[in-house]
Amino acid sequence: MDTLEQFREETRRWLLANAPKSMFTPVASVDDLCWGGRKSQYDPDVKRWLDIMGERGWTAPAWPKQYGGGGLSKAEAKVLSQEMAKLKLRAPLVGFGLTMIGPLLLQEASEELKRLHIPRIVRGEVRWCQGYSEPGSGSDLASLQTRAVLDGDDFIVTGQKIWTSYADKADWMFLLVRTDPNAKKQDGITFILMDMTSPGVSVKPILLISGSSPFCETFLDNVRVPRSQVVGQINGGWAMAKALLGHERTMIADIFKERTPGNPLLKLARRYIPGSEEKIADAVVRDRITQVDMDQACLDLTLKRSQDNMKAGHKPGPETSIFKYYGTETNMRRRELMVSIAGPQALGWEGPGYDDAELALTRDWLRSRGNSIEGGTSEIQLNIIAKRVLGLPD
Amino acid sequence: MDLVLTEEQALLQDTAREFVSGHSSVRRIRALRDSRDELGFSRDLWREMAKLGWLGIIFPEEYGGAGLGYAELMVVLEELGRGLVPEPVLSNVLLAGTAIAMGGSDSQRQALLPPMIGGDLLLALAYQEPASRYQPHHVETRATRGASGWVLNGEKVHVLDGYGADRILVTARTAGAVGDAEGIAIFVVNADAPGLSIEREWRIDSRNAATVRLRDVAVGPDALLGGEGQGGALLASVIDRATVGLCAEMLGSMSATLQLTLDYLKTRLQFGVAIGSFQALKHRAAKMFIETELARSVVMAAHKAVDEQTPQVGALASLAKARCSDAFVLIANEGVQMHGGIGMTDEHDIGFFLKRARVAELTFGDAAYHRNRFAALHGY
Repeated sequence: MDTLEQFREETRRWLLANAPKSMFTPVASVDDLCWGGRKSQYDPDVKRWLDIMGERGWTAPAWPKQYGGGGLSKAEAKVLSQEMAKLKLRAPLVGFGLTMIGPLLLQEASEELKRLHIPRIVRGEVRWCQGYSEPGSGSDLASLQTRAVLDGDDFIVTGQKIWTSYADKADWMFLLVRTDPNAKKQDGITFILMDMTSPGVSVKPILLISGSSPFCETFLDNVRVPRSQVVGQINGGWAMAKALLGHERTMIADIFKERTPGNPLLKLARRYIPGSEEKIADAVVRDRITQVDMDQACLDLTLKRSQDNMKAGHKPGPETSIFKYYGTETNMRRRELMVSIAGPQALGWEGPGYDDAELALTRDWLRSRGNSIEGGTSEIQLNIIAKRVLGLPD
Repeated sequence: MDLVLTEEQALLQDTAREFVSGHSSVRRIRALRDSRDELGFSRDLWREMAKLGWLGIIFPEEYGGAGLGYAELMVVLEELGRGLVPEPVLSNVLLAGTAIAMGGSDSQRQALLPPMIGGDLLLALAYQEPASRYQPHHVETRATRGASGWVLNGEKVHVLDGYGADRILVTARTAGAVGDAEGIAIFVVNADAPGLSIEREWRIDSRNAATVRLRDVAVGPDALLGGEGQGGALLASVIDRATVGLCAEMLGSMSATLQLTLDYLKTRLQFGVAIGSFQALKHRAAKMFIETELARSVVMAAHKAVDEQTPQVGALASLAKARCSDAFVLIANEGVQMHGGIGMTDEHDIGFFLKRARVAELTFGDAAYHRNRFAALHGY
């Protein structure tokens, strides 16, 4: 038996012997997974699962062993992932530490920063949030104004960040600050790491049209951040932000792969349109459902085409630029149609007369209005396609 | 099923693109149109395509074919579409040729496929009728038993490449009511058969189409393609395959339309700048591009499904046709609009693409027809 298959057998045995039984049950949503950090409330099984996987470094299986990672090869990491999937074993840890800042630090940071931060990410001790957008800097992120002024060995940081997901639950923030207000805007930005318990940091959650959300405003009032926490060069932060964006884009592509089985549009039509057990009785609704289904099918085939091409060793093609735009627009059309199908039963905000599924449907539709805005607006996506793929002039 | 071109397919694509750009152009289409050329294409060019092996790509080697698949045919069709090439590949290869290959007896296949593949015999499939809209099983043309064989009576419209064809494959009803899938048969009729009239239609895309009228057309027993009642299922399969192939051609045509438009956006100056710098046009061009990428994926998947003979062929054919119909029409309309005034002139090429877009859209079922079919195939 070759070593990889041996590894597979040992892994499976170890998982079955050591994972707490309740970790074999699936979670309802990603919010029910373990995000780590000091502010989390831990169910004992969740904590134990996090601890034993963290100790092995299997929360970050392919990260280097010297920083606490699993040290597995890509092939081995894939085997681990496959065996966990086969057993329906949930991931022990999720979060921006694993998906965004960790990979960036491993790629770009000093040895000192790697030794300080990576092990704590792997063990789930530190939860991270991202401080990029500001009230005055959304699509034009490079225009950000949060100021960092050098005072001895520290930067004094003053400004405001907005749309920081989970800032109220995070222990550390990676943020972009302006260190040279006289340079061209991209050339005066520094990428820095900040402890959220530092004096001067305050956080306020943002209420959305759909109700509560993980988004927060973060106020920075003369916060002292050691200059050793700079990632890359001072004034070289824009390049760091771009490198991290690459990791974010991979994450987003994965999001589109996950979808609950079954067709929610058909389920709703059968519930709310009488006589629709087989053929949907309302011809217009039926046609609208088909259009959304077809749009999704074409998007899925394009995702597959992109993946097949990369597997065959080709560079990512121009089709990769369409995913965020088309995926969000299709999802929004689907959510819109779901409310149409449910009719006035989808208009409840809370309380009697509306069941939980109906209330969730409404909130989900409202929340989905943000899909075409967050993570790069649809208009920016179209600009990027026009410039980088089609070569249209500025 | 990987949605990737193999090296051989990529090579075939390059060869096809070179051939088309060297032998055809919109100017040639314009000349065929303006001279009111009755055939609507060049027999010489047709023979050249035959020599390249293009007409036999999907047919077995025993008939002179290459024994390859729809994945290979797709790249050729796309290049033909890119050049608006009117030579009758769809009608000969995907309609009539495929009907013969799938439903014909050994002797019928031996008699008809090699000469078609060699470029020496022109075929057409006549199935649409004035009242049938997109339903292939709506057949009013009747086949009644004659002294030996049958007698055919009826009318077929929009017969692709019907004019000048040597043999017309005709769908006719031997039994059942109009609309029944059962009781349909396909007959191979000689173009010079007494009682058969073939009248050239002059459509907006200038391509060869014909109205075929059958008045007591007598055919022998060996004119029946395959079994007597089996024509309905065969016809549906053939049209699905032709639909998939048409989508490949549409993909090429819509890509050419987009390219023409992008070139214009980059070169046309107004207000001192290239109009492609205006954000409104950038966004609309980006949306056109998105449509071509989505279309490409489903067209590839549909061709591969035919090759792999999966049960999804029908659903993918409908998905592809609905997508390509909407995409090509959108791109063509946007193309004309973005060209401004000259887009409306006959002198400019873009109008040829608009006209072809509408014809292709309304062939083998429009988007609404295929959405309905897709839903039905998925049980709703």
